[in-house]
Amino acid sequence: MDTPQPSLNPDAGSPAPVIEMRGVSAGTLRDPQAVGIQDVNWTVRPGEFWVIAGMHDSGKSDFLTLTAGLMPPREGAYQLFGHDMAGDGTIPLSLRLRLGLVFEGGRLLHDLTVVENVALPLLYHHHLDANAVQQRAEGLLALTGLSEWADASPGDLPLKVLKRGGLARALMLKPEILLLDNPLGGLDPREIAWWLDFLGALWAGHPFFDGHRLTMVVTTNDLRVWRRRCSHYALLKDKRFVVLGDESQMTGNTDLLVKEFLAEASAPA
Amino acid sequence: MDEGNSGVVAASQTSFIMRAAMPRSYMAYVGGNLLNLLRTFHGIIAFTLITLGVILNHLGDAPAVTKPQIIRELWRSGLRLFPMFLFMSGSLGLVVIGQVVSRLSSINATGFLGTIMVMVVVRELGPLFTALLVLSRAGTANVIELGTARALGEVEALEALGIDPVHYLVLPRVIGMALGVFALTVYFIIGALLSGYVWAFIQNVPLRPSDYFQQLAQSLTWLDFAVLALKSCLFGVTIAMITCYHGLAQPIRIGQVSRATIGAIAQCIIACVLLDVLFIFLYLAV
Repeated sequence: MDTPQPSLNPDAGSPAPVIEMRGVSAGTLRDPQAVGIQDVNWTVRPGEFWVIAGMHDSGKSDFLTLTAGLMPPREGAYQLFGHDMAGDGTIPLSLRLRLGLVFEGGRLLHDLTVVENVALPLLYHHHLDANAVQQRAEGLLALTGLSEWADASPGDLPLKVLKRGGLARALMLKPEILLLDNPLGGLDPREIAWWLDFLGALWAGHPFFDGHRLTMVVTTNDLRVWRRRCSHYALLKDKRFVVLGDESQMTGNTDLLVKEFLAEASAPA
Repeated sequence: MDEGNSGVVAASQTSFIMRAAMPRSYMAYVGGNLLNLLRTFHGIIAFTLITLGVILNHLGDAPAVTKPQIIRELWRSGLRLFPMFLFMSGSLGLVVIGQVVSRLSSINATGFLGTIMVMVVVRELGPLFTALLVLSRAGTANVIELGTARALGEVEALEALGIDPVHYLVLPRVIGMALGVFALTVYFIIGALLSGYVWAFIQNVPLRPSDYFQQLAQSLTWLDFAVLALKSCLFGVTIAMITCYHGLAQPIRIGQVSRATIGAIAQCIIACVLLDVLFIFLYLAV
């Protein structure tokens, strides 16, 4: 039985952090020995909505992989739901199922249809009647506007459907934390609007989650669209994680890269 | 060009020629390949032990997902290949076995027919031929599918969902291939023995069907059945493990899938032949 560890930075006035990193360094998925990110100090409390900005190849995907427990930290202390993630990097199944990860391209399994992909986690982890699983999967497909693609194979689908499919699959087990890797990358304005509205509804307390607010972490390479739509901002810069704070703190930040992200400064020549 | 210097080789060319012919290069080449082979062997053994652990500890987990996967693998590595095996077993019987029958009858040695059939078809050609055919059809597909899945990040997607990739992707393939190779071997042997007799019948060999089958029955021992089952299942497991290892166990890019497939096929052939040699020693010992 895994017992929750005391918080790395106890604060009596706030709810216990769900994600807490102190001095964390990690490699990359391709090369665990390389330096992907270092010296991360980050605390996420329930109900927060974090947007993490970074340029291409700044390590956003690897950072989310680390956060999701798919890659162990090389140095430092990482607690997920109060459980220490250091050591061999293995994460108890009960913890993993409380966290959903949406990959950039959806990463649906190509030998399954869309509805089978969405049903897979529930079918795998719970001894439920196949009809009940099918019903819930179809409900989620309707919620994410994918009903007409239910029986399609991922290989035949456009990016926007793959991304929504990845989102529906991650929501199937009703996670407490949702990590999204560049969800708006490569999408048209109408699709971006749908994602912003849908994620906003999840954060506000969607009926699918019985009104509970979802804790969310999103990575992006365009900070502007997320302004005033989340609670906290951070930046990946020079392989370091920089907490920018809330909207007013970020706006007042004088870092050139932040200004670039907010399109208030031009890129250096 | 100056004719006086036509026989002189430039210094840079000399060093190139000498480098190419140096035995040290051969040693480095052979040594490097040997080290790679040992590393791969070590990796396959470790991967097999991990898979064995998953089979022993989690075979019954998530039956709603794994059962259909196993049935699908049985279809891919067994039933789907049946028409091809019917044709190949018939061809083998006609081309090889039929000739043995007619040759034995010409020297009045048809009394040895059963023994030769059992030795050639049941013990050797049947299992090995089946394994190689399954390797060519289903084994290659394994490496390509798993390699592509790995390259596209589907393995990380499974891990993110709390699904063990070995349990979801490897276990059904190991069980499906083991049972598939065994079943196809049995059908292949039956087909080859029957078609062999048809060829003998066409050649007017004086051998009644009852005599032919009686000889076969007398030549078969319990050891043949036991070894046939064990050998064919082991061939299936070996092919599944090596192909899954090359597709799944290491980071791979899309462009590397074809190379991994070629390597896996070569290693599967070598492994199956070595296993076959081991079983020959077993027969000789018993």
